[in-house]
Amino acid sequence: MNLLYAASACVAIAATVMVITRRNAVHALLYLVVSLLAVAIIMFLLGAAFVAALEVIIYAGAIMVLFVFVIMLIGPRNDVVTPATWIGPVVLGLILLAELVYVIAGGSAVPRPVKEVTPRQVGVALLGPYLIAVEVTAFLLLAGLVGAFHLGRRLAVTLGRKGD
Amino acid sequence: MASVPFEYGLLVAGVLFVLGLAGVLVRRNLLFILLCVEIMLNAAGLAFIVAGARWGQADGQVMFIFLLSMAAAEVAVGLALILLLYGRHKDLDSDALGGGNEPGRGEGRGLARGGGARS
Repeated sequence: MNLLYAASACVAIAATVMVITRRNAVHALLYLVVSLLAVAIIMFLLGAAFVAALEVIIYAGAIMVLFVFVIMLIGPRNDVVTPATWIGPVVLGLILLAELVYVIAGGSAVPRPVKEVTPRQVGVALLGPYLIAVEVTAFLLLAGLVGAFHLGRRLAVTLGRKGD
Repeated sequence: MASVPFEYGLLVAGVLFVLGLAGVLVRRNLLFILLCVEIMLNAAGLAFIVAGARWGQADGQVMFIFLLSMAAAEVAVGLALILLLYGRHKDLDSDALGGGNEPGRGEGRGLARGGGARS
């Protein structure tokens, strides 16, 4: 377990270093996805499985897709992903895959965290003592939606294409 | 306790946060700055998870969920702003954009120096 944790932490830190040193935004995004996956594995090892799944789905899925869309709209400045670009993220991802295979194949050999916080506890806390914060978060998301829509409309006027 | 020591988890979160902070300070491309802000938010969330796992409480995960929604809203608005800036200036260099004498929000596009060195 400590080995798994150390490997994920090293992958996360190495991928993050690569993110902040790349010149090309697409390459940085590739490394950032690997870093987020490694952080998700750390969270899983800490007994926070629900949040680990959220990290993969929302961070590595939705937010990174937003970045990809923006890079696509801005345009490939210094072009695309060559095979050499893939090597770094693939190696780091293979380490994560090896951890996954080890955990699944190891079965009971992998010790579980002592205090696992289940999704049920999270949900009870979320809709119990934190209900007001959930409402405020709903306002925040609404504000983000309205703001993004407003800015996007001005963007459409600026770029001269009103359709989207 | 969990077999992952508490301090190591906080150590990784701190290292990731500092890396993101260094990226924000060093990079000049606005897209990279937003990316590094995401790294910092993610590191803060990891610290919440580590603390929540340390005491076996659900509050850490609840805070991470709030942080996640905040990051989503922030990145939506931030990326829209970046697209707007790019549509107006054709450049994402923060040095070239924030020259200090930008006209507030009028249409005066004082694109004095367009192509600074991009980082």
